[in-house]
Parts: sequence; C-alpha cells; structure tokens
Amino acid sequence: MSSTTEATTRSTSAPTLLSVRHLVKEFPIRSGGLFRRRAGAVQAVSDVSFDIAEGETLGLVGESGCGKSTLARVALNLIPATAGEVRFGDREITALSPGRMRSLRREMQLVFQDPYASLDPRMPVNELIAEPLRIHGLYGADGRDRVRELMSTVGLKPEHGNRYAHEFSGGQRQRIGIARALALHPKLIVLDEPVSALDVSIQAGVLNLLQELQAERGLSYLFVSHDLSVVRHIADRIAVMYLGKIVETGPASSLFSAPGHPYTHALISAIPLPDPRRERARERITVIGDLPNPADPPSGCRFRTRCPKFAHELSADQQQTCTDEEPALTDRGTGHPVACHFAQARALL
Amino acid sequence: MTDQQTGPEILRVSGLTVTFPSGDGPVRAVRGVDYTLHRGEVLGIVGESGSGKSVTSLAVMGLLPPTAQVEGTIRFDGVDLLAASEDELTRVRGERIAMIFQDPMTSLNPVYTVGYQIAEAVLAHRDVSKAAARERAIELLGTVRIPNPDQRVDSYPHELSGGMRQRVVIAIAMANDPDVIIADEPTTALDVTVQAQVMEALAAAQRATGAAMVLITHDLGVIAGQADRVMVMYAGKPVEVGGVEDIFYTPRMPYTLGLLGSLPRLDRPAERLTPIPGSPPSVVNMPPGCPFTPRCPLSSEVCREVEPELVGVEDAAGTSGDGHRAACHHSSQLAGAAAGEVFDAGGGEDLTGHGAAPADPTALTGEAGR
Repeated sequence: MSSTTEATTRSTSAPTLLSVRHLVKEFPIRSGGLFRRRAGAVQAVSDVSFDIAEGETLGLVGESGCGKSTLARVALNLIPATAGEVRFGDREITALSPGRMRSLRREMQLVFQDPYASLDPRMPVNELIAEPLRIHGLYGADGRDRVRELMSTVGLKPEHGNRYAHEFSGGQRQRIGIARALALHPKLIVLDEPVSALDVSIQAGVLNLLQELQAERGLSYLFVSHDLSVVRHIADRIAVMYLGKIVETGPASSLFSAPGHPYTHALISAIPLPDPRRERARERITVIGDLPNPADPPSGCRFRTRCPKFAHELSADQQQTCTDEEPALTDRGTGHPVACHFAQARALL
Repeated sequence: MTDQQTGPEILRVSGLTVTFPSGDGPVRAVRGVDYTLHRGEVLGIVGESGSGKSVTSLAVMGLLPPTAQVEGTIRFDGVDLLAASEDELTRVRGERIAMIFQDPMTSLNPVYTVGYQIAEAVLAHRDVSKAAARERAIELLGTVRIPNPDQRVDSYPHELSGGMRQRVVIAIAMANDPDVIIADEPTTALDVTVQAQVMEALAAAQRATGAAMVLITHDLGVIAGQADRVMVMYAGKPVEVGGVEDIFYTPRMPYTLGLLGSLPRLDRPAERLTPIPGSPPSVVNMPPGCPFTPRCPLSSEVCREVEPELVGVEDAAGTSGDGHRAACHHSSQLAGAAAGEVFDAGGGEDLTGHGAAPADPTALTGEAGR
C-alpha cells in the first residue's frame, strides 16, 4: 500500500526523525496444555506506518487494547517487531543488535504512566536522575551539577535531591520521570499516558512543562493517550488507532474540525465537554456493543461490527464492500487520510 | 438547571464530619458538609483525589469502617441514618438508597450469574417468587440496554465486558426503585466510547426510577452533561455550590476557576493551560485559614487566618444567585474573571521560568492518582 506511506507523511519541512513503515507485531496465543503449543496469534499492531519530524508531536489515541502502547514499544525496538521497518534518523533499527541499540537508546527515551512504579523506592531522587547518566558512562565530575540542573529544569527544587520518591506528589514524581528521560539529551521521547494518573490541576502543569521543553530543545514526542482533549492540546498531528490499525490521521486542527472516520466521530462525541449548554445540545454518535476479539478481527473493515454508519446508513451493497474490502488509509476528500470506504467529514464540536 | 422544578426533599446532610485516626494525628477527611437532595434531581460532587467526595457518600451509606468518627446528621426521608440501628440501615441500604462504585468487579460476585445477583437484590427486599425476580432481572437488563437480556441473564461477570458489568451494577442498583442513587466515579474505569454508553444507561435508570442521584466524579465534562446542581469539594469541605451553569459560567471560588482553567479543551484549544500551582494540602494537622491559600493567587492576610464560610454570592446583575454559594473572602473579585487572568497574573507567557513551581513536598498529601 504505497498510498499509506504517502498519506501519513507530514507536510512540514523539518527532517523526519522517526519513520515507521508497515509495522506488524503479533503475539502468539498458546494452548493451555503441557507443551503450550502455539494456537494462533493476535495482531496487536497491523501494518502501521507513520512519521515523526524533528520538533514535532504525534498524538496516538485509541481505547484500551487498540495496540497503541505496543506500537510505541515496537517503534522503540523495546519489543521486537514481527515485520516492517523503523528508521530512526538514517538507521534502520529493527535489526540492530542489543549492543548497537543500547548506544542509540540515549536518543530515544520513554516516560510511563505511573511514575511511582517506574521509580526505585530505595533511591533518592538525585540518584534516580543520575542513574541513566551512569549507565551510559556520562556521570563525570560535573555529574552532580548536571543532576541539579535537570531538577530545576523540570521544576523541582535541587535541594530536595536527597528525598525519596514517596516524599513527592504524583505530579512531582512524573517530573522526576521526565528529568530521567531528559538526562541523556534525547531527540525523541515516547510519553505513554504521562498525565492519566494525575489530578487535572496537576496535569496542566506537567503538560505545560512538556511543551516548554519541546520549544527549548526541539524534542520530538510520540504522545500516547486515550484522552482526546489532552492529545488535541499537545499534538501537532494525531493518529487514531482501532484494533491494531490507524483509522484516521492528520493535523490536530483538521482531525477535530473535519473528522471523517465513524470511529473518530464516536470518540469525539463521547468526550463530555465541560460546558453545560453546549454539552447538552450536542449530537451523540455512539458505537455499537463492545470490542470484538482481537485474535479474530472482523473481515474487511475491522470497525464494521461496531460502526453506527454501517448499521444505520449504508445500503446492503455498501455493507458488502465493508465486509469484503479492507479500506486503505487515504485522503477521501476530508483533507487528511481516513481508512473508511464511506468517509464523510462531520462537524461535531 | 438552576430554576428547574425539583421534587420534595429526600436527603439532608448537615454538619457532616468524618475523622480517621492515624499515626500522624487525626485525618479530617470530611470537615463539614451540608447538602440537600430533592427527588428527581442530580447533584454532582466534584473534587480531586483526597477532597473527601467519596468519604462523604460512604458516610451516607453507613459503609465507613468502625474506626471512622462520623458526626453531624444525615436525614433520609425523615430518619436520621447516623442514629439508626443496623436493622433500619439494612432496610434503607440497597432498597431505598443504592450505590454504584467505580470498579464493577468489586461489586459483582464472580461465582454467580448476573441474573442471580440482580434477582438476589430483588428478593432481599421484596416478597416475590424466584421466577418473578428473574423476570424483573431480565427487564432491568433491558432498561440498562444490555442486548439480548434473556440470554445475558445467565452470563457470569467474567463473560461480560467492563461496560456491560457496570450496566449490571446499575441494574442491581435500580432493582428496588430506590429513592436515591449514589454513583461514585461510575464511568472512570471505562473507555471513552463505553463511558458514554454507560452514562446514558445511568441517566435512563435515573429517569426510569425517578430517583435523586448523587454523581461523584473528577470529570467536569460528565458533571456539565448530567448534573442539575454542583458541589465543588476541596480539602474535606464544599468550597462552591450552585446550579450547573453558575459553577461553569460564573465560578466564584478561585479553586473552581483554576480547575476549569487547567482542563485541556476539545472544543476550544488553547495555547497554554493555566495550572493551579502546588498540590492539595494534607488533611492531617491542617493550618488555620482557607486551605486553598498556598495555591491561591488572590490570597491575603485574612485568608491565612480565617477559614471562609460558604455564603451566597451575588451574580453579575447584583442579585443574590439562586443557591449559588462560595467559600472565599475574595469571591467578589472573581465576577467575570478568566482563569488565565487570575492565575497567570504574575507569570504570563514564560517559557523558561516554569511558572508552575511545585510546592514544598513536605506539604503533601498522597495525591498519587485516582
């Protein structure tokens, strides 16, 4: 599908940092018996392509089980890809040896959802932040100063360096996680639900910090989240995932002003707006039923079993198309690529 | 809506305080909550982790552990629940006041079918045959929009998705046509599209039973869509109460304004969010004065010394709002103010200074996450 490759390329002129092509990740399903024979496979990521430019934020949204976290980990080569290629800068990384990969890790970092689970409770904060520097042999004579500088960069007081993770609030712990990621001067940071565990008043501060750091350092972000409002706020471009596939992608503004995929319609209309009059006057598009078994996805369009358009608007002939043919991710008149045979832009906000 | 017709009073909570003993001294989780609930209305309670919003409702249900010291009065249809015997409470709980929790798997028993569990709730309070209880279970599953209810009635909880399980919990809550439904973060554990479906089922349940509902959530969007009146809680106390439009369009407590300003908006993208600096206070050994003082851009001498009462505020036209009350010494300064103006007054568009300097970690609560 050469159209996919073209379609997900962004239009800005900045050079591409991360380029993912036809990426596939399968997990085996094993039988319950003694030999745990391979009984099938789940395609958690199914032929996904996207680019991230230098200094750009790509927001990856989708609901639980859509494969967004797996995609982020495969793209960083933290778990091996089943097929497809990932280029970071000018290097193909899916085939790199662990040793080669390790030196490249400096340039690509990961921040997790739960900052408490990712911080060693027995290490004081200055040690937590020094750890990545030590691992990569970069903790020299100026190490202490580097750590203090990193703490103030993320809005923590350097004099609190001797405290332990439990002495900090959730928002501050996430700042520690960000400081660890920044320590090695990465080019790309993958943020996997970085603010989902935080209260809203704290979340806003962390989001602002991420934006400031990006402006100062030209960082690229892959921002993985289920929260459309957060993604709209932080991302330049957005990719919507459903059952292992990108179903719609485009610049944040156009994806929200003219969403074309029925799943994107449902996602946008499901987010309640904190505005009583508008919220009560909105058109609601709801998906039907629950997520199908990912080990046995529907034929043709994977969304058709839950698609309100398929159920209520399409003729029998049109429905047959959805059942037989997998829709390619191409621009169908909405100004950005949509993987739906009958894509139609709708104003929902 | 503020001027909507509501039924007679069904629940009145006054002077409610809840204190838990702890090694560091008493934890004053709820420090004085008053509200009344009328038949048919939805009261939204918002607040962040540790604000006391869930403990308040557990106190109403009499579900707090015995170590909790609960004071005040909770009058349900004329009966003081805090003074009631366990027998009286059992009659009220489940039949007349029902509760829905965040995680449906903790409310459902994994070894019984959902039909059995709904029928059990019916049989506990009504003298009907088992066959009639089963019929009622199927009917209720239909009301909460579970497809093929006559087959689903024989499913076990693990055979259902998270959204379906939460609908079963809603069906159990509806089983005896309760007068009050208390829903504590009913959709928080669910995916957004499922969340919308479950919220619809809950609203349908509330309409079908005509019950009053207390909807507890951290999600201001859910409150905007569902609540008639809103109570904003901070550090164990309501800090602003009013009709849903009062709270969202003319907030008069800096905390409410700050919450609204820190929300990323789907419909109104902003260049920069306005975070509330610092973190919520610990409810152990609280200093005197307004608990929001350390985070508040309007704080002054009086704020550090005197904790403000929840008093009626005047709206833009100069008339006292219909039930709109705020606990702030500087409430009048907030008329028509935007969050960016109030919270960013000093900082502005500062890209290097990190305007949201975190508070001293010693002044923390465990706001580790929801």
